[in-house]
Amino acid sequence: MKAKKKSEPAEVFRAEGVTKIYRTGDVEVHALRGVDMALYAGELAVLLGPSGSGKSTLLNILGGLDTASGGQVLFRGEELTALSESALTLYRRHNVGFVFQFYNLISSLTARENVALVTEIAENPMRPEEALDLVGLTERMDHFPAQLSGGEQQRVAIARAIAKRPEVLLCDEPTGALDSKIGIIVLEALTAVNEELGTTTAIITHNAAIREIAHRVFYFADGRIASTHVNDRRLKPGDVTW
Amino acid sequence: MLALDRKMLRDLRAMWSQALAIALVLAAGVATLILAVGAYRSLDETRTAYYERYRFAHVFASATRAPRGLIERIREIPGVAAAEARIQEFALLDIDGFALPANGLVVSLPAHGSAQVNKLFIRSGRLPQNGETAAVAINEDFATAHGFRVGSQFQAILHGRKRRLNVVGIALSPEFIYATGPGDFVPDDRRFGILWMNEAVVEASYNLENAFNSVSLLLRRDASEPDVIKHLDTLLARYGGTASYGRKDQFSHAFLDAELQQLSAMSRILPPIFLVVTVFLINMILTRLIALEREQIGLLKALGYRSTAIAMHYIKLVIVIAVLGVAIGFVLGTWLGDLLTRMYGDFFHFPFLVFQRSADIYVASAAISVAAAVLGAARAAWQTLTLSPAVAMQPPAPARYRQLLRRRSALLRHISQLTVMVLRHIIRSPLRAGVTTLGISLSVAVLVTSLFPVNSVNFMIDATFFQSDRQDATFTFGDERPPRVLQDVARLPGVLSAEPFRTVSVRMRQGQFERRTQIVGRPPGTDLSQVLGQNVTPVFLLGADFSQILDQSLTQISLPESGLALTEKLAQLLQVRQGDLVTVEVLEGHRAVVEVPVTVIFKSFIGLAAYMEMQALSDLLDEGPNVSGVHVAVDKRYEADLYEVIKNTPALSAIGLQKVSLEKFRATMAENIVFMTLVYTSLGMLIAFGVAYNSARIQLSERGRELASLRVLGFTRAEVGRILIVELAIFTIAGIPLGWLIGYGFAWILIQGFESELYRVPFVIERSTFALAALVILAAVTVSMLIVRRRVNNLDLIEVLKTRE
Repeated sequence: MKAKKKSEPAEVFRAEGVTKIYRTGDVEVHALRGVDMALYAGELAVLLGPSGSGKSTLLNILGGLDTASGGQVLFRGEELTALSESALTLYRRHNVGFVFQFYNLISSLTARENVALVTEIAENPMRPEEALDLVGLTERMDHFPAQLSGGEQQRVAIARAIAKRPEVLLCDEPTGALDSKIGIIVLEALTAVNEELGTTTAIITHNAAIREIAHRVFYFADGRIASTHVNDRRLKPGDVTW
Repeated sequence: MLALDRKMLRDLRAMWSQALAIALVLAAGVATLILAVGAYRSLDETRTAYYERYRFAHVFASATRAPRGLIERIREIPGVAAAEARIQEFALLDIDGFALPANGLVVSLPAHGSAQVNKLFIRSGRLPQNGETAAVAINEDFATAHGFRVGSQFQAILHGRKRRLNVVGIALSPEFIYATGPGDFVPDDRRFGILWMNEAVVEASYNLENAFNSVSLLLRRDASEPDVIKHLDTLLARYGGTASYGRKDQFSHAFLDAELQQLSAMSRILPPIFLVVTVFLINMILTRLIALEREQIGLLKALGYRSTAIAMHYIKLVIVIAVLGVAIGFVLGTWLGDLLTRMYGDFFHFPFLVFQRSADIYVASAAISVAAAVLGAARAAWQTLTLSPAVAMQPPAPARYRQLLRRRSALLRHISQLTVMVLRHIIRSPLRAGVTTLGISLSVAVLVTSLFPVNSVNFMIDATFFQSDRQDATFTFGDERPPRVLQDVARLPGVLSAEPFRTVSVRMRQGQFERRTQIVGRPPGTDLSQVLGQNVTPVFLLGADFSQILDQSLTQISLPESGLALTEKLAQLLQVRQGDLVTVEVLEGHRAVVEVPVTVIFKSFIGLAAYMEMQALSDLLDEGPNVSGVHVAVDKRYEADLYEVIKNTPALSAIGLQKVSLEKFRATMAENIVFMTLVYTSLGMLIAFGVAYNSARIQLSERGRELASLRVLGFTRAEVGRILIVELAIFTIAGIPLGWLIGYGFAWILIQGFESELYRVPFVIERSTFALAALVILAAVTVSMLIVRRRVNNLDLIEVLKTRE
């Protein structure tokens, strides 16, 4: 609760009674069955839970990639559910950074250019070199994705996500495709960004060990938040073992 | 049903729009072959059947007056199956409500029994019977042009005597499929009709009792035409016979033949181009389509399917698409072919049509199409099958790219990363970029090839009738007249200027080569009717003569004071060069045989004519300065007066009205060519659209993941859509000029097939044709892009990012 104690940190996200129903043919899948949560500025949250428990769905809704079927999602007091498709695009462009399990880099652009892709359309971005420096990739800036290792590619993805100085960084299984050694380097990059830029960060993971680096941990089960845990003592990524 | 087959059908349903687009491209190729070859073969077969059933003569001859008894001796010529003697004479017509003077060719019908040669097909009514002095059967074209039916009447001046004729029948003859009046270059059904009348009536009218002036011969299969002609000429020589000739010099046949030859050229050249282009495109599209199935193929292999089973799976998929395309092509091609056959059948006034369904064309087009499709699919499937299943199931490793420029240039900093993406993507796979560009080029090329014949024909008509023969009308006299007739004509109302000419039927010979033709004599420096052509100065480049391509402009050929000016075509047929001597055998008058030097050879679009200076021709004929006809320019204000005088002047046996005929001819010609062009252009458009749409769709499939990533990063739909648009735009912009070039080549090949003895079609492609082809492609690409844009807008962002590929 470190973030909250510091002079009443602002609420970045507020979700109230959020539901999400996917209809495929005659089958209705209740991906979210009423989620209430809040994320605060500068907070690093980890979302844990088994497959299908609803954590990715929530992250996608928070990130403006998907819309809720019911309930309310507020971003800095603004109702996300009311935004149009193009408003959501601008919301993503200016406020949200994404990191995915499979990097999703543009293979025809170098590391620097992949980051520049975002800085060209952002309002107050850092220089691509600066962002790459933050994730420790200064030396590899002019390499193409094909010339980078998995961990390096994921760090480019992180640099690309944070270069616009987003309000929030949403990471879906950022270490899922990496071994532990590389995974730790990636997590270090994420915590560094969280600490140095104060970016509100939400990380989805299957890996329970990672919860140790968070301020708060949300446990998902069956489309709901089953419990919330506040870490009194956070570990550095390097001290986490898995 | 096997699970794999079910998968195939579901895949097909999922990609129905793409499958249909591919099928339609293929259908266009198949349809072109079937329609063109089908129409040509049907018309050719119809003509053959018509000629056979109606006993169209093989040899024709005319004389001034031959005794009727001579026909028996003609029938005894070895090789002659049947011979028919008759009288043919021109008559001036006066038709109520028709201001222009018209001509009729009066043809006598046998007094007893029906004709053995050139039988008539009676469309309605009957033939005139013995004793019916005013009864006439007329050809259908003429009847239609004036709305004549059985019972209609009109007036004709037969040998100076005006009389009223009753239409008792409407008929068709294989001899007059194309009927062109004297002095006219092109058929004009309003101003020229065939009048079949009772033999006794015609004999009496033209003072040819017990005589004939025209004979047609049907030969046995084993007969030698040259021998028969020689024999016939000997028999007719005493009776003023001009040289006999075979079908190839019979006007109607020659014209029809030229027309069919053009159709045949179209069918031999255009469809293979279409088909080759489409099978190439199909192969290219399917290769890329199957390459996208990489992970599915890996999965099937992992599940234990044999490579052959997997390959078969995809081959089945493309076979279904190919078969669909071929089936659409069959239906479309057959339908359009029949339509074209009917249209030409109407135009030629065939009494019946024989529709040829040639199995070979159907089988060949189907086999080529399916083979091309299967090869494309198999090649792509095989590339993936050689990978291990584990590798195949992985998304392909990030593609390797290179820096656009060696150093990070300042230039690159000014281009957005989206543009860099596009450029690198193109540079990375030059083959793919090249193939897409080529696909677009070929669509452009096909359009240029389909559109340009209109330009060439228009140029030819313009050059011949508006630049070369600028007279408003031509008076032709049945026989030679003294030069003072020129003054008589000049005094007619409305005549602004008059130029005489002399035509002589001759046979030209050089070694074993000989040709029956006409020498046209003209005074020097004529203005109305000029001899226009291109001087033959070959421009050789890479061993080919490019002079024709480089310069289509025509100049007036000044006739030499002595010697002959020949068209290049005639010079080729006789194998003569400038300065050579040819033997000219005059086929009338004193029948002189003289050697004449060839002083000028020039390129001309129409005919096998030979020209001489009028005085030189008179000298050659050893006669005075006689004229055969007069070209005149007419003051429009006095046209009606002039026509009125002509209609009542028996001395003028015929008048040709160039401008009037031409308008009509252009209209007919336009009808045929426009329809033809429309068909080919529509098919070309179909190909263009199919290529553009599939290129865009495949591009989307290949790059869907990247594009979705960009959307997640906050790029708008428009920005993301622009990537695809810019890429396709680059291919299109590069493809259009290349397509013009390829189209130019295709068109050149096509024009070579158009050449006949009657005319040589100039190779002219107007800029508007290139522009139109480009516009059609741009439209096809734009429409495809709009459709694909909708898909970009509906990209499932989450799904794309969750799955690996």
